[in-house]
Amino acid sequence: MQLKIAIASGKGGTGKTTVSVNLYHFIHKYWTDKVQLMDCDVEEPNDLIFFQGAKENSRKDVNQLVPKIDNSKCTYCRDCVEYCEFNAIVVIPPVKFAEVNASLCHSCGACLHACKHDAMPEFDHKIGEISEYNLGKGLGLTQGELEIGSSMQTMLIADVKKEYKSSAEIILMDAPPGTSCPVVTTAADADFVLLVTEPTPFGMHDLKLTIELMQEIKKPFAVIINKDGIGNNEMEEYLDAEDIEIIGRIPFSKEYAADYAIGNILNNIGEIEEGFYKELVLKLKEKLN
Amino acid sequence: MKIVISSEGQDINSVFDLRFGRAAFFCVYDEESGNVEFIKNEYADAQGGAGTKTSEKMVELGVKKVISGDFGPKAKDILERFNIQMVILPDNNRSVGEIIETLKGGE
Repeated sequence: MQLKIAIASGKGGTGKTTVSVNLYHFIHKYWTDKVQLMDCDVEEPNDLIFFQGAKENSRKDVNQLVPKIDNSKCTYCRDCVEYCEFNAIVVIPPVKFAEVNASLCHSCGACLHACKHDAMPEFDHKIGEISEYNLGKGLGLTQGELEIGSSMQTMLIADVKKEYKSSAEIILMDAPPGTSCPVVTTAADADFVLLVTEPTPFGMHDLKLTIELMQEIKKPFAVIINKDGIGNNEMEEYLDAEDIEIIGRIPFSKEYAADYAIGNILNNIGEIEEGFYKELVLKLKEKLN
Repeated sequence: MKIVISSEGQDINSVFDLRFGRAAFFCVYDEESGNVEFIKNEYADAQGGAGTKTSEKMVELGVKKVISGDFGPKAKDILERFNIQMVILPDNNRSVGEIIETLKGGE
């Protein structure tokens, strides 16, 4: 059986990456060695930083098909412009100018349907790269890296997710922050979602939005309160009133933040972290198996 | 020569709009005839591509100079290619009418 767990947050900087890389390590230690990590935060993937000695196994380009207007066939009728929902096509008849802006194009194909003159052949346009790493244990890390300027996060995330290994028993998907399309794409096929938050007004605000999202896309989820001890009690009260499970609390530690900042959280794991993640893994195992 | 000034409203007393692609209105001022016309920016609330499409509109209108608070990269790309002069005016305290007066004064 294959279980997909997404790690999401709403607010950025609450600890998705911390939880993701630790879960990879501790699931390997206390549950199964058939665990795979996917960094779906394609705008700023950083899981890799925490695995010293990771070896790149493969790297490939991901392309989207973008039409390029053939000026010898184009009649400047503007039908394609009318069909484009993304304002990606500029056609100026008096000066015989017609062009598709690749950075706005979403490859939906509407313009190809609109064009009656066969003037829109498609070409590959690079949106990012997918690379895969051997981490020395487990099934490794797959990450997507979006090209600067591209707005095709969701397409790239969907492609990253196709790289799952059929032998994997647990697939961890580190989601981008926010509550928009890239998060939905990441969590779409998850069996369970861990929402990592911090007990501050900012964490609280975005957690509520993320919970609404999870309810709307009908995903089972539980909350991890990271940096526990800072902020206020508002979050605990809210989660209690809404009857939402808090699956773990990670105490705030300045030393831990310092270790994170130098990419050193998987070396010399402290007793508190060891205890916390062991308990979390065992809880997840019991809950999801 | 046709000059466009980004505008928050649709009359001469309106405040100059610092945004180009997402300006509420465009004031089209024809230097030769002295004619002033306001057109609504249909891309003001577009999800994306507002700069691209408003620039397309400028070329269609035969504008030679645009005055706004700034221009985004996609707008710049199109405007540059059609040799439309971009004038950046980092000051929104003036009305569109005052800017036209300044243009008439030859500044």
